[in-house]
Amino acid sequence: MAPLVNIEGLSVAFNGVPVLRGVDLALGKGEALGLVGESGSGKSVTWLAALGLLPRHAKVTGSVRLNGREILGAPAAQLDRVRGGRVAMIFQDPASALNPVLTIRKQLCESLALHRDLQGNAVKAEARRLLDLVGIPDAGRRLEAYPHEFSGGQVQRIMIAMALAGNPDVLIADEPTTALDATIQAQILELLSSIRCEFGMAMVLISHDLGVVAENCDRVAVMYAGRIVEEAPSNQLFADPVHPYAQSLIGALPPLDGPRRRLTAIPGTVPDPAMMPDGCAFAPRCALASDPCGLAAPTLAPIANERAVACIRAEASRRALLGIAAE
Amino acid sequence: MGRYLAIRFGRAALTIVLVVTFAFVVLRLSGDPALMILGPEAPPEVLAAFRKAWGLDDPIWFQYLDYFGAIAKGELGRSMRDGRPAIELVLERIPATLALTLPAFFFKVVLGIPAGIYAALHRGSAIDRAVMMTAVAGFTVPSFVLALLLVLVFAVQLGWLPSGGQDSWRHAILPIVTLSLGGAAVLARFTRSAMLEVLGQPYIRTASAKGVPWRKVVTSHALPNAAIPTVTILGFMVGTLIAGAVVVESVFSWPGVGRLLVVAVANRDLAVVQCILLLVAMTMVTSNLVVDFLYGFLDPRLRAKGAHA
Repeated sequence: MAPLVNIEGLSVAFNGVPVLRGVDLALGKGEALGLVGESGSGKSVTWLAALGLLPRHAKVTGSVRLNGREILGAPAAQLDRVRGGRVAMIFQDPASALNPVLTIRKQLCESLALHRDLQGNAVKAEARRLLDLVGIPDAGRRLEAYPHEFSGGQVQRIMIAMALAGNPDVLIADEPTTALDATIQAQILELLSSIRCEFGMAMVLISHDLGVVAENCDRVAVMYAGRIVEEAPSNQLFADPVHPYAQSLIGALPPLDGPRRRLTAIPGTVPDPAMMPDGCAFAPRCALASDPCGLAAPTLAPIANERAVACIRAEASRRALLGIAAE
Repeated sequence: MGRYLAIRFGRAALTIVLVVTFAFVVLRLSGDPALMILGPEAPPEVLAAFRKAWGLDDPIWFQYLDYFGAIAKGELGRSMRDGRPAIELVLERIPATLALTLPAFFFKVVLGIPAGIYAALHRGSAIDRAVMMTAVAGFTVPSFVLALLLVLVFAVQLGWLPSGGQDSWRHAILPIVTLSLGGAAVLARFTRSAMLEVLGQPYIRTASAKGVPWRKVVTSHALPNAAIPTVTILGFMVGTLIAGAVVVESVFSWPGVGRLLVVAVANRDLAVVQCILLLVAMTMVTSNLVVDFLYGFLDPRLRAKGAHA
């Protein structure tokens, strides 16, 4: 089956400095995909670039297909129909993501007017229904309120309602709970997953929180320094990561049971995008690195059904995964 | 809301009292009106009679109380030069000043705001750089230099326009242009930075991500937010409508309030100077009050605060 969204060789450079260096990613209908990685690894930029939301000085190349149609560099009118209509996006800091001088009704009805064939009172009724759906009490009255009159969690619910306004096929949730406290975080994630089931939407959950992704996604892609380094079904990735970076990330999680131990950290830091090493970007921090790692950046290659990894030292891991004894 | 209004009006009144007090004291400490008006050759007994007639030989605090007592009765004093009520002298000059400042205000707004918005939307482009260079030149060059430059080019060299006076509408062109350019430059810079600030906000990205066409993102999402800081500077400009043309009126011999003020200060014509300053303080304070209420209208967050203050 053809994927809903197919990203190929997506690269982004800001003022000549590459921040995204050839991302290949596919998203199936109704699938929940997690995108994890450190700050600056390119998780958000991937989707902002795909939807043409980066500032003009960003140089974007590659291909992004939605239902087989190229949208990268598409005319503004076509992109405006895709944004909010086919692909909706919600952001990290809900407090500043809504326009402070417009009422919730104006902002919600704007989305409805753009993407739905509704007239007059039907628009307002639908807005009220959406607010109800995302769990804003007393929706009719609250429509006339301004963003500053809501709590952070409520504003994120309103953002979700706005995202749903266009009946999108995909919801990109860019760190949707990072700015919220833990209990609210759980409520928002629950809301997202129940809505996803109800509407049959695909969802991309961008997060640096591995736990959040493990719980909410079918499949996970791990990003490092502007590339995807490993892709796998969630349960397999967490049980059995192959890329040394993914292994270190998951190894750094403290175990819930078992003895207390010091938190482990990955040695070194993410390389500066302006001074990327020639070969694998993770090689300088990698315990398994050997000379060939510094020669060319490894490409994402399948190692098993639904699994891919970008590492020339993955061979040993792959053999172990398939149960073949190492030679 | 009532309490909020009361505090606002109380502060406004206090500002006016302070301005008038300051002017009153400084004027009386900085020169003797009798000497200024009658001349140093006047006989001492004439000078003494003049001082007695205008109450200038009373202690300053007595004069001060007397002055406020008169204001309370609606009297703003008389000109020491020709004995006419000061307010009359000032009011008859206001139309001439407004004939310059109102058109200039209009041009500041229609040139400055669109230029600022355009420059912000095309940040870094050749047009942005040109607009900003003009703007910097426009507000760093003092208005008298600009005025003289315009006179040199359009009156002396080209001979297209008169260099001073108030005989026809053609006489108003150079003063209006001088006033407009400086103000438009300030407004363009302000508008540009307000727009750039707003365009970098996450809610602008949200609007684009919703599929709102860019033109509409600018008009219905960015502009209402950028209007908030821009209104501040507009309010200040409204406040200078009465006495904002002192220099320009002097250069172009335009018989407005500004020139009256210059002459009155030189002569220590106390009542006239005080009357003008009172009027200026009142327009400034009023436009500030209007700006405050506009904030509440433009920004719902301030509206809520105001209601609780």
